[in-house]
Amino acid sequence: MNVVWTREQLDEGVKRLASQLVTTLVGVPRWALVGIRDGGVPLADELADEVERLGARRPDRGDVDITLYRDDLYTGLEKPVLGDTDLPFPVTGCGIVLVDDVLFTGRTVRAAMGEVWDFGRPDFIKLVVLVDRGHRELPVAADLVALSLHTRKSDRVTVDWDRREVRVEPGAG
Amino acid sequence: MPRAEIEALISTAARMRQVGERRIKKVPTLRGRLVVSLFFENSTRTRTSFELAAKRLSADTLSFNVSTSSTAKGETLMDTARNIHAMQPDCIVIRHASAGAPALLARSFPFSVINAGDGINEHPSQALLDMLTMSDHWGALDGRTVAIVGDVQHSRVARSNIFGLATMGARVVVAGPGTMCRRELAALPVTRRHTIDEVVGEADAIMMLRIQRERLGKAMLPSAREYAAFYGLDLDRLQRARPEVLVMHPGPINRGVEIGAEVADGGRSVILDQVTNGIAVRMALLYHLLGREGPVDEG
Repeated sequence: MNVVWTREQLDEGVKRLASQLVTTLVGVPRWALVGIRDGGVPLADELADEVERLGARRPDRGDVDITLYRDDLYTGLEKPVLGDTDLPFPVTGCGIVLVDDVLFTGRTVRAAMGEVWDFGRPDFIKLVVLVDRGHRELPVAADLVALSLHTRKSDRVTVDWDRREVRVEPGAG
Repeated sequence: MPRAEIEALISTAARMRQVGERRIKKVPTLRGRLVVSLFFENSTRTRTSFELAAKRLSADTLSFNVSTSSTAKGETLMDTARNIHAMQPDCIVIRHASAGAPALLARSFPFSVINAGDGINEHPSQALLDMLTMSDHWGALDGRTVAIVGDVQHSRVARSNIFGLATMGARVVVAGPGTMCRRELAALPVTRRHTIDEVVGEADAIMMLRIQRERLGKAMLPSAREYAAFYGLDLDRLQRARPEVLVMHPGPINRGVEIGAEVADGGRSVILDQVTNGIAVRMALLYHLLGREGPVDEG
């Protein structure tokens, strides 16, 4: 297992994303950070803190659980599979910044956009990710990326928020 | 149904309820799946509740009105089911006067079958929505006491609740007229009492069963007025209950018979929450039964 990003790099990466966000969204009256469950939630929390630290107004926060919007629905009674979707602000007229830890095929982002749309008509949707690992299967691109990785499709990329590191586990393929 | 399955369904249903609170009360989860409702007995709320649940998950729904269909012309249940099977449904929601009819279909056909009430046997989705309603108020059901009052003997709602509540660690006490609450109930995990006054004070929830008016005035029950006097839940009796008691009823209610109007509309009544929870529980059932299995994409 390879640690490709350590604590310092991750801290630095989050700060850089926050500062780029503030620059990108200058003049936007109302925008919100929306974490994609579960991986995007800690990053969205940290970005909200950082944005405030940079002197900008703290953005609204929400989270989406895309389980009901998946195109590869997996169910089984052995585990409760649904998480909460919580968008506690009017989506219509708001700029939505979707946040995820790892961007891979793009299917999760597509599902998340579909879900946000069912809550209202946002002014725009942007995408911020910590890691872009490639292998897109849909025409989806992130607006802001902290770390781009060349991976094999079978690799497993993990953002560990407790140990604050990014790891790549080589896959079998 | 094992405890883990009930817990999974209740937890999923609580999430599904949020879909009903959105601007667009619909998610694409079961797009393209076909849910057929096949009701051989009259039902408005259960049938519409299942249909709304299917629609909220974007499934297609088809409702067979049996009184106008070929069954009225003598077609058997199995032949009706074979014809529906030819339409390639993913799920059939069935209500039938014969106990075991849903189980027969489930054994005979590849589609999923949901029992929406079979004779005097079971009505599992009602028990699940009742348990969701209780768990909204209490969290875990362990150690709680639930009173079921009325025609327990002939009530599939009561039977499903008795099995479910026992599995979830709650205690069930039942009360009703001797003809409707007979000794055979001792075979079930319940404590039998003779009058409503004996159970009102000890219950965390009081579930009043609907008295079927067609049974009134016959051998089982002399009159509606007499039933109300001995087994109805009115304000006087409610005052002897625990202050935080939940008053429940599967509907449709007979005001002034098994439940007083001021109790049904009062602050302890959760009867309309039960209706809302019914849609959520049925969404959870459809979701768990019809979700295609496959690997989870990590992207």
